[in-house]
Amino acid sequence: MSDLTRQSAATLASAIARKEVSSEEVTRAHLDRISQVDERVRAFLHVDRESSIARAREVDQQLAKGELSSPLAGVPIALKDLLATKGVPTTCGSRILEGWRPPYNATIVDKLNAAGVVSLGKTNMDEFAMGSSTEHSGYGPTHNPWDLTRIPGGSGGGSAAAVASFESPMAIGTDTGGSIRQPAALTGTVGVKPTYGGVSRYGIVALASSLDQAGPCARDVMDTALLHAVIAGHDPRDSTSINEPVPDVVAAALKADVRGMKIGVIKELKGEGFQAGVLERFNQSLEILTELGAEVIEVSCPHFEYALGAYYLILPSEASSNLARFDGMRFGIREDDGKDRSVEEVMSATREKGFGAEVKRRIMLGTYALSSGYYDAYYGQAQRIRTLITRDFADAFSHVDVLVSPTAPTTAFKIGEKLDDPLAMYLNDIATIPVNLAGNCAMSLPIGRAPEDGLPVGLQIIAPPMADHLLYQVGSALESALADRWGGLLISEAPTL
Amino acid sequence: MTSEYQAVIAEFEPIIGLETHIELGTNSKMFCSCSAQFGGDPNTHVCPVCLGLPGSMPVVNRAAVESTIRMGLALNCSIAPWCRFARKNYFYPDMPKNYQISQYDEPLCSDGYLDVTVPTENGPQVFRVEIERVHMEEDTGKLLHAGGAGRIHGATHSLVDYNRAGIPLIEVVTKPILGTGELAPEIAKAYVSELRDLMRALGVSDVRMEEGSLRCDVNVSLSRPGEEWGTRTETKNVNSLRSVERAVRTEMLRQADQLRADQRIILETRHFNEETGDTTSGRSKEEAEDYRYFPEPDLVPVAPSESWIEQLRGTLPEVPSVRRARLQNDWGISEFDMQSLVNAGALELIVASIDAGVQPSAARKWWTGELTRVANERDCELEELTVTPADIAQIEGLISEGVLTDKMARSVFEGLLEGEGNVTEVISGRGLVVVSDDNLLVEAINQALSESPDIAEKIKSGKVAAAGAIVGAVMKATKGQADAAKVRTLLLEQLGVKE
Repeated sequence: MSDLTRQSAATLASAIARKEVSSEEVTRAHLDRISQVDERVRAFLHVDRESSIARAREVDQQLAKGELSSPLAGVPIALKDLLATKGVPTTCGSRILEGWRPPYNATIVDKLNAAGVVSLGKTNMDEFAMGSSTEHSGYGPTHNPWDLTRIPGGSGGGSAAAVASFESPMAIGTDTGGSIRQPAALTGTVGVKPTYGGVSRYGIVALASSLDQAGPCARDVMDTALLHAVIAGHDPRDSTSINEPVPDVVAAALKADVRGMKIGVIKELKGEGFQAGVLERFNQSLEILTELGAEVIEVSCPHFEYALGAYYLILPSEASSNLARFDGMRFGIREDDGKDRSVEEVMSATREKGFGAEVKRRIMLGTYALSSGYYDAYYGQAQRIRTLITRDFADAFSHVDVLVSPTAPTTAFKIGEKLDDPLAMYLNDIATIPVNLAGNCAMSLPIGRAPEDGLPVGLQIIAPPMADHLLYQVGSALESALADRWGGLLISEAPTL
Repeated sequence: MTSEYQAVIAEFEPIIGLETHIELGTNSKMFCSCSAQFGGDPNTHVCPVCLGLPGSMPVVNRAAVESTIRMGLALNCSIAPWCRFARKNYFYPDMPKNYQISQYDEPLCSDGYLDVTVPTENGPQVFRVEIERVHMEEDTGKLLHAGGAGRIHGATHSLVDYNRAGIPLIEVVTKPILGTGELAPEIAKAYVSELRDLMRALGVSDVRMEEGSLRCDVNVSLSRPGEEWGTRTETKNVNSLRSVERAVRTEMLRQADQLRADQRIILETRHFNEETGDTTSGRSKEEAEDYRYFPEPDLVPVAPSESWIEQLRGTLPEVPSVRRARLQNDWGISEFDMQSLVNAGALELIVASIDAGVQPSAARKWWTGELTRVANERDCELEELTVTPADIAQIEGLISEGVLTDKMARSVFEGLLEGEGNVTEVISGRGLVVVSDDNLLVEAINQALSESPDIAEKIKSGKVAAAGAIVGAVMKATKGQADAAKVRTLLLEQLGVKE
């Protein structure tokens, strides 16, 4: 097999299953690629070459004995550093957790292990997943493989960049307001935020518990579906996870058919603030979907204009509480000058030193929004808007099967460009945030490059809760139509680095 | 009742309120599967969830919800068809997540009542205490201050034991209790006592007060008749029945002094000193701490079905007050006697003694007599004494076998209370053996008769009641180690007198 790092996860898995190549060879090829390019991309925070190889050998042995029959056995993966990994450093992109090695695995890490997937390491992210560019990492930014002077999106920029730079065939991300989908759009890869409750949150360090959801990242729709199927399902350790059968996303990806489907275009998410080249590619995709036999109609979601405001009250409120445990008492760094300090002084100094500016900003916002006398005006009001947005979706889905929009209003911007303007940064998630507020599922897939800058553009498909299969059915149909035009996946046009 | 207290009552009306936290007796913790057993080596009953490790998530313990619903039903509350947990946010090192998962504006049980009985000059009086709410929450860890005197002041460092973190608690909150008048302290005590008995009867907690599994916050305010309610104080962590009563009384006296001196009462928490019975100023609540409550997003709402609630209603045991009426009837005692043994904290001990084989009258005699006297002397609860119902059963058995006399039995109790070991050890340690040798006794009887010939004549002339004096003398001579009844029989035989 030619360059192992250029293959899809599905191809690698079947080659490994047929013993044409070993998991160890595949893993080594990716580790070598990481050694070659990650100095420039900086997708990874932690890579442990030896233990990855040891794990791959173990999987090879299990396969030889016929003990594994998972469709992704032996394939390497990159894990966002928000996932607790037993004995492996887990920082959440924050200095405050430097040196912490969790004593337990996140449920999805256990599921990946059971499926014979081999971890390459932990990927960079905006600190505690707060950001849209990965510039807010406590360990420096990740660079977009399409243009190393640009951001890869965020917060899961590391996972998206690892996949886009062929350092890993697939990755796990988490999505609170777009952190899987926006990086996918900006790096020409595929990313899915499953239905809220579709994938266990146990062991995923919480940013905003009512919005967070882990999901798959890969270079094509089928790989994304295969990974989705491995990580999804009810977990008794997460009572917010849904105790129902997982939609058959792999079958839907194989079906790849939009004939007779009604596809709604969200009127509020294609006008002002959207880059011309993004809209151009988006409209072109709508034409393709029509050619493929779908009926494309426009729908209105009138309350979406309040989504960003509601999101930036709910997220900081929950985050201010979720992040209270980082106090230097039990894990991570402790800032103690050895002088006779009180516990409050040590907690305060630890948080002052360990947290970055964006994290502090959001903790302060959330603390304020929850404080007595303001709760109703802020948190309470935001929850009411959330209900209205959920209704907007429900109304729309009474007319159409799925909704579409551009994933992000712009292509990847320059590193440093929006760092001093938090509002401009927040606006990057304008199209992705409503989905988290309502708990729906959504996918971003590449639909071409913007003519003005040659950078990838993503299209977002949104489906009702627990209808994740529709994302794959529509996504794979569009993907194959585009691949026919381009003679391959968009990602094959990315610089080889 | 002191005249000082009478003067306070003459001038002011007290309003009290009680918030009681009780650890539930579930096998596992509130939100994880760790053991909820008391004790254990520090930090051995812990996991990522109760340590609050990043990424961990709580899952509600169904048994704890069940216990809370049963408690709510027994307290005549309505059970919410749908309610949520909430986060109470504040930083403290014994709290792993720096928030406590509790319930806020949506408690599981609300609006109930508990009838309690208190003794008055006109006989026992039933008083209805209204219940505001019953909700679930998790306990915190425990701080151990090293160096210094085990207190935070002067400690060189502090250690945290998280074994207790996450143990299920229920909090029972009363509405303001009005119209108690001078009975406020007694009603407070009777309420907590009744609550404890109820939890035990329900089997939802064994309420080990000495282990701090019941903790009471006592709210007290005073106002002059016709005036608005006074500012309250909250005396925290009052951990025994007696202390609840004392805390109310102490706080009433203290507040009255303040008010008479035209000083205002500060809205604050106060600490209760078990040794002195005083309360001292704690944290001011004038500027209320902002806990930033919001619904816990890591948990789904609790929505007990109607059928589940009804099923649980069917499992409620006999209500303690009904049970007491039944026992009172069985034992043939007056309501007043029943009430005084309840007040002495003797009821359960008497029942346990009877279950162990002791006659009801004997069980009552020991617990309400000698043992209550010692407990009062020592300023402690009856159940804290080193005498158990099983000990009483053993001693009573030995008395009926003639191995011990009544007087010797008292000596055995004395030994048990002094910690001289178990019943057998005390008997042998103190050399308590009944003199059952008839010859020895007859010799002692003759000796006593010769010393009091006038009494001997009286008895012979038919005044049998005079025999007591001779029996007493014989008992004295044998250092109490004779069976008085037997001495009496022998004496009468000796004089040829018949009863």
